[in-house]
Parts: sequence; structure tokens; C-alpha cells
Amino acid sequence: MSRQTPLHASHVAAGGKLVDFAGWQLPINYGSQIEEHHVVRRAAGVFDVSHMTIVDLAGDDTAAFLRTLLSCDVGKLADGDAAYGCLCNEQGGVIDDVIAYRRNARNWRLIVNAATRDKDLAWLESHRPAAVELTTPGALALLAIQGPDALEHAVTALAAVREGVPDIAALERFAFAVSGAPASAGTIADALFVARTGYTGEDGVEIALPASEAPALWDALLRAGVRPCGLGARDTLRLEAGMSLYGVDLDEAHTPIESGLAWTVDLSDPDRAFLGRETLARQKANGGRSVRVGLVLDGRGVLRGGQAVQLAGRDVGTITSGTFSPTRQRSIALARVASTFDGHCDVLVRDRPLPAKIARVPFVRAGQPND
Amino acid sequence: MDIPGDLRFAVSHEWVRLNEDGTITVGISAHAQEQLGDLVFVETPEVDRVCEAEEGIAVVESVKAASDLYAPVAGTVIDANGALADNPELVNSDPYGEGWIFRMKPDEEDAIEALMGPDDYEAHADSDA
Repeated sequence: MSRQTPLHASHVAAGGKLVDFAGWQLPINYGSQIEEHHVVRRAAGVFDVSHMTIVDLAGDDTAAFLRTLLSCDVGKLADGDAAYGCLCNEQGGVIDDVIAYRRNARNWRLIVNAATRDKDLAWLESHRPAAVELTTPGALALLAIQGPDALEHAVTALAAVREGVPDIAALERFAFAVSGAPASAGTIADALFVARTGYTGEDGVEIALPASEAPALWDALLRAGVRPCGLGARDTLRLEAGMSLYGVDLDEAHTPIESGLAWTVDLSDPDRAFLGRETLARQKANGGRSVRVGLVLDGRGVLRGGQAVQLAGRDVGTITSGTFSPTRQRSIALARVASTFDGHCDVLVRDRPLPAKIARVPFVRAGQPND
Repeated sequence: MDIPGDLRFAVSHEWVRLNEDGTITVGISAHAQEQLGDLVFVETPEVDRVCEAEEGIAVVESVKAASDLYAPVAGTVIDANGALADNPELVNSDPYGEGWIFRMKPDEEDAIEALMGPDDYEAHADSDA
């Protein structure tokens, strides 16, 4: 039996077509995923991402703990800043990708994927020092408002439903603010949490707030002109933006370096021991066992996960994620290949080799093809 | 969406309209386009192609999946909807009208009568969903 988010009734009211995703009932679209995609690139859309896993950590040793677990070095963060990185195993394989938020030296938040919830929590628990408290606040909703007009409408909507809203227009990218909770609170389940982050390549915010307040915020966002957008648009947007999806582009058998995420691996502090460091350091120097490339299909058709990539008739890799790019009006994909190459390859699409070209990732920047 | 009363349907969700001149127009049902989601490509058949009933004859591709269309009856393709090359979304927005996919000259008109009527199709589509 799939779980429902706090916004279930809102999705039904907005005409959402509900599907199961990681054990949750979520809208795949509200009529047209392509229209929803364009709205996010041109104006603003809202996504219910309440299925994602929010973890609050508290204690003096939290920063040190996270520095041993994450590929990025969160020791560099200031209060109110966040960082994207990978949770790796001893071999450098990716357990999940995560955003870590530093409220202050003692209080942190992680947001991790829904599908990997149990695995991630078990991993954190098994490595957690006794002095670090871990809480998974229940009854939270998480909304992502994304697009060039997102911030403006988020400000309007928040002001309509809450007193004491932080100055989110002043937030830098990857910064966040919390209101309605003391700085020392170990978990901030009752507060408003607003981060200038997202999974679309557009500007925007992700807002966590008590579940009971979410429907009113949703309604205020729609009144402000924000369009509801579903999982279908979320996938085409993130792939255009070159962002990985755990389980297809990232998995435990491959390192961040083999997955286009070498930039999340921070080795600058030689004294920072973290899980997978040895392998990752070696790969940063010598390369991994494979590389990630972006591909754009020349002609008609849709690249899809699992399709073989070929050079001169020989298999050299596999598509990890593929889709149709509404912004580029062509199919795009991320692929894992033995080594990079120039120009064209073939991809076996429905058993026919179709020409595809190596492309810059992200595929779309500032709403335009990134050629 | 209401199903026009003059249509017949194949189990594989193609609809057929018998035209006055004895030719048929073929498309996919509202149910089928809804299941597929936004279409991004339609591969229409070549004019003059001869086909058997239930032979793969066209492809509709959405972001979600590619799906084959099957000839509802045996016959010869006489026309394909050129508008779908630039506007495949017509199949989503007007599946029984502007979203028509191809036209055929059927070998036997009787074969069309043997297809499902709108009510039987609706029951079939509901059970399929």
C-alpha cells in the first residue's frame, strides 16, 4: 500500500495523475509533463518532494562525523550553508548522493533520497558516534519551487501563510535559513526551513515545513501563479541540467569519479580520513574504470537507460539515463563508457544503431541549449 | 473524453473510422494516449504499404515509452498524417480528430464490423488500466 504525502488531496484537486514512486503515491504529471517542463524553464513550477528523507543531526562531533562519511568536506561550510556530495563505501562506491546543511557547529540536516531511506539510515546509524544524535523528523512536507520566477512567488506565498518569514531573496545559492526554531534545537520539525537549492538547473528554493501547513502554502503558491509539476517534468528537467539520479546514474558499484562527480570529492585536507578516500585519491590521479559522458541523439527517437553505446560496431558502454529534452527538442542521455571519445557514437535504440554525439553536460544552461 | 459513436476499436487500442468512400482512418484512443503521456515522435507508415491485420505498422513514442501500432484490418496504406512530424502532441490533445495517424484502403469492409464498438472498448480500456 503506497504512502501518501501531506499534499495528497492537493494533487487530486489539481488533476494529478498518481503513480507509485519508491512506495509513495506521487503525481507523474497534471496533464502534460512537457508543458510543466517548459513552465519551470520559463516561469515557476512547484514539486511535492515530501517523500524525500530528512535527517537532523546534533552534537559537537557532528561535523567530524560528516567529514568521515562524505566525499565533500563539510568542514568548510559556514552557518547557513549547504553542500552536495556522496556518501561512499570503503571502495568509494556511492551509497547515495546527499545535500548536507550546516545550521551551526552542533546542528546539521541531511536530505537524502526516498528510495535509499532504509539503507542510508542504517549506514548513518552504524557509523554514528554515541555523542551525535540522529532524528528523522516525522510529519514534514518538502516543496521545491523552481524557475526564474520561483523566488518571487515563494516570497509572496510564504508571506500569505506565515509570520516571520526569513529574507529568502537574500539567500545565496546553496544557502538556507530557518525560522521559528531556536538555533540550539536538535531537530527543527516545527520550523520553516528554506534552502536555495534544487534539482532542475533553474533558480529556486526547497521548503520544509510542518505537514499541517503544507496545503495552505501549496494553495498560496498556486494563487501566486506557480504551476504544479510532477515527476515526469522533474526527470526531464534534472537530466537537461546534467544532474544524476541515484539508482541509475549512481550506484554502489561505481565511484563519484566514474560518475561525473569528481568535483564533489575534496582531497584538499590531507588529514581528512573519509570512507573511500584511498580509492578516490587513486582515481583522481589515474582515472576511474569508466567515465560518464553526455550524449545527444542526432535524429528522431528516445535514448533510454540500458541501451548499448557502440563505436565502430563495438560495445563501449551503456546509457544510464535517457530522455527527450523538451528544451533542445532532441533526446539526451548520460552514459557510462570505457573512455571518452570525440564526435559520434552509435546507440542501439530498439535494436537499430542510431548516431549520437558527445555533448557538454549540463545539456541546458540558463534555459538554453548549452552548446 | 467521450468516444465518438461511429468508431470501432481493436484490442490494441487503435480506433477506426469508416469513411464515406470506403477507406478507413486510424488513430489511437484517448485511453492509449493518456497511458503513454506526451508524445514526442510518431513514425507513420509509408504510403502504398500493404499489411495484414495485426501487423506492426506505426510507432508512437512518448517520453515514457515507445509503443507499436498494429493494422486493425488487412489493407493498403493510402495516407499518413504529416502534421504529426512537427506536432506529435496532436495525438494527445485530439486523439480522435486532428491526431489521426494514417488512412487505409481495407481489403474487406466486413473486417471493420468485427471490431469492438465504443461501449465494449470502454469496458476493455477500463479493465486494462
